[in-house]
Amino acid sequence: MRVAVVTFPGSNCDYDLYQAVKQVGGNPEFRWHRERGLDGIDAVMLSGGFSYGDYLRAGAIARFSPIMEDVVPFAEAGGLVVGICNGFQVLCEAGLLPGALIRNESLRFQSEDCLMRVERADTPFTSDYAEGQVIRVPLAHAEGNYRADDETLAQLEAGNRVLFRYVDAHGNASDEANPNGSTAGIAGIVNESGNVMGMMPHPERAMEALLGSTDGVPLFASLVASLSAGAAAGTGVGR
Amino acid sequence: MTRYRLEIRVTPRPGILDPQGKAIHHALHSLGWEAVDDVRVGKAIHLELDAPSEDAARAEATTMCEKLLANPVTENFEIDRVEPA
Repeated sequence: MRVAVVTFPGSNCDYDLYQAVKQVGGNPEFRWHRERGLDGIDAVMLSGGFSYGDYLRAGAIARFSPIMEDVVPFAEAGGLVVGICNGFQVLCEAGLLPGALIRNESLRFQSEDCLMRVERADTPFTSDYAEGQVIRVPLAHAEGNYRADDETLAQLEAGNRVLFRYVDAHGNASDEANPNGSTAGIAGIVNESGNVMGMMPHPERAMEALLGSTDGVPLFASLVASLSAGAAAGTGVGR
Repeated sequence: MTRYRLEIRVTPRPGILDPQGKAIHHALHSLGWEAVDDVRVGKAIHLELDAPSEDAARAEATTMCEKLLANPVTENFEIDRVEPA
């Protein structure tokens, strides 16, 4: 399963993503943002970091990188696309996901572990989790405060498109458990067709018990398993 | 073609939380300006542009704002000034 890991100038989680995909049996390959063409690629991942120094707005300039001209049609054709942290910001700026990520309510760069509830386990990104499972994953961002207009939020909730929500150890969403002020504790969402996912926390940093958590492993395992299943069923997407 | 100098103002939309504005509001109160309320922080973008007319320059800047300079989810924009450079 070929997974393209996109590197923008200023990306800094691309090697972690590469390693995470590899660890669960996928075949990652780096794509520099100026490279074009996603032929034969099964999924695209946009990594965390500070693309273009976060100038103007986080993700605002990266979304016009040459490779995004391929990522957008790839996503629109049903290809699986994942954006983590800065990658989530890029996907929002590109209009592949609704809403926007603004400055944390605390005004601080938050760098800590967070707890998230997995709201759905029936997606290509979460099938190896249990619905309602609480996972511990690091986060590290200054602009992770998810905002959208009321109509968009209502659509997200009604369509069960919130995949991850910040919660406390008991699995309850609360202001105290919310690290950045995101509306409704939203940590990760999917698009309407369910093939594009963005999240602020870093599952690729939760792959080794030695480093504190393995709760990120199921996300990558889910992705690779769903790609394998798709290939076996001859339903490859996004070509 | 004439060269125009443009001033563009990008501000958080009403109702969108502005943590920077909140922090400055708090700081101003601490300094004794207790009458201050509703502080919002935006961006001023100044640029020069060659265009056939003032209206054309304004129209082009509007497109720039819609495409890149402002995020319609969270920000409003105004073209404050268009004048020959």
